[in-house]
Amino acid sequence: MLILTCPCCGVTGEETEFHQGGEAHLKRHGPGASDDEFHTYMFAKENPKGVHFERWRHNNGCGKWFHAARDTVTLEVYGTYPAQTLEPPQDIRDAITAKRPGWTWRDFA
Amino acid sequence: MSEAITPLNGARFEGLATIEDAGLTGMITLRGDLSSKEVKAAVQNAVGLDIPAQRQALSGQGTAVLWMSPDELLLMCPYAEVAQIIAALEGALKGQHFLVANVSDARTFLHVSGPGARETVAKLCPVDLSEAAFTPGMFRRTRMAQVPAAFWLDEAGTFHLICFRSVADYAFNLLKTSALPGGGVGVYG
Repeated sequence: MLILTCPCCGVTGEETEFHQGGEAHLKRHGPGASDDEFHTYMFAKENPKGVHFERWRHNNGCGKWFHAARDTVTLEVYGTYPAQTLEPPQDIRDAITAKRPGWTWRDFA
Repeated sequence: MSEAITPLNGARFEGLATIEDAGLTGMITLRGDLSSKEVKAAVQNAVGLDIPAQRQALSGQGTAVLWMSPDELLLMCPYAEVAQIIAALEGALKGQHFLVANVSDARTFLHVSGPGARETVAKLCPVDLSEAAFTPGMFRRTRMAQVPAAFWLDEAGTFHLICFRSVADYAFNLLKTSALPGGGVGVYG
């Protein structure tokens, strides 16, 4: 079971208080995009063994969205950070590097 | 004018804890910038209380201000005073970006009291309710079995618990089952 800390209200709770909302840091391709771009946006998702970035919502709490960095193997949560960011902050990356040196996820490392 | 009644209509159960319908209560959702002096003044003027800190509840005589999220408060007040308080808030916040809504009839309000109150609620919610971790004045929104719920604890050790009106029966029966005599775990002494 995941233990997540909501960066909006500060509650540390177990995963049934939250809801997972898909992969983090997707760039949306909508009207006007090429078929390839839209296909990639819509269907090409990461499914890693190890470090993963996701969107979560505190649906049985303050109701806000946020980002979480976690490990799909150990279920360790490296950290959570606000939804209003385009890439993981440095302290989260450092926390991951400490446990999983040499990790990569899409364009992040 | 029809006669307003609560969904539980005064239901009460005595077991390891006493669970009772808290009766008709005015509840007003206020969304806006909680750090602004206008919101602070409007709340002070409406119910005579300050803006609570994160995940805290402030209560007065028949009134309370609850911290729901970084941009949302729930004001509790006597049922008959809702319209007047909403008018006061709307007047005080004119020109600001805000939302005020009367949710009194959309929620149900319960009291869980007595020596077994902490355990009765803790059996249903994934929250540490030990005396060290959950102290009077704290407010928590969470999940109670399968429904969302929110509660705060007062100095007398009574839980003031809010959930949706549509699940009032479910919530009452859950708490009742949790407080059935013989079901004590004794985890909080």
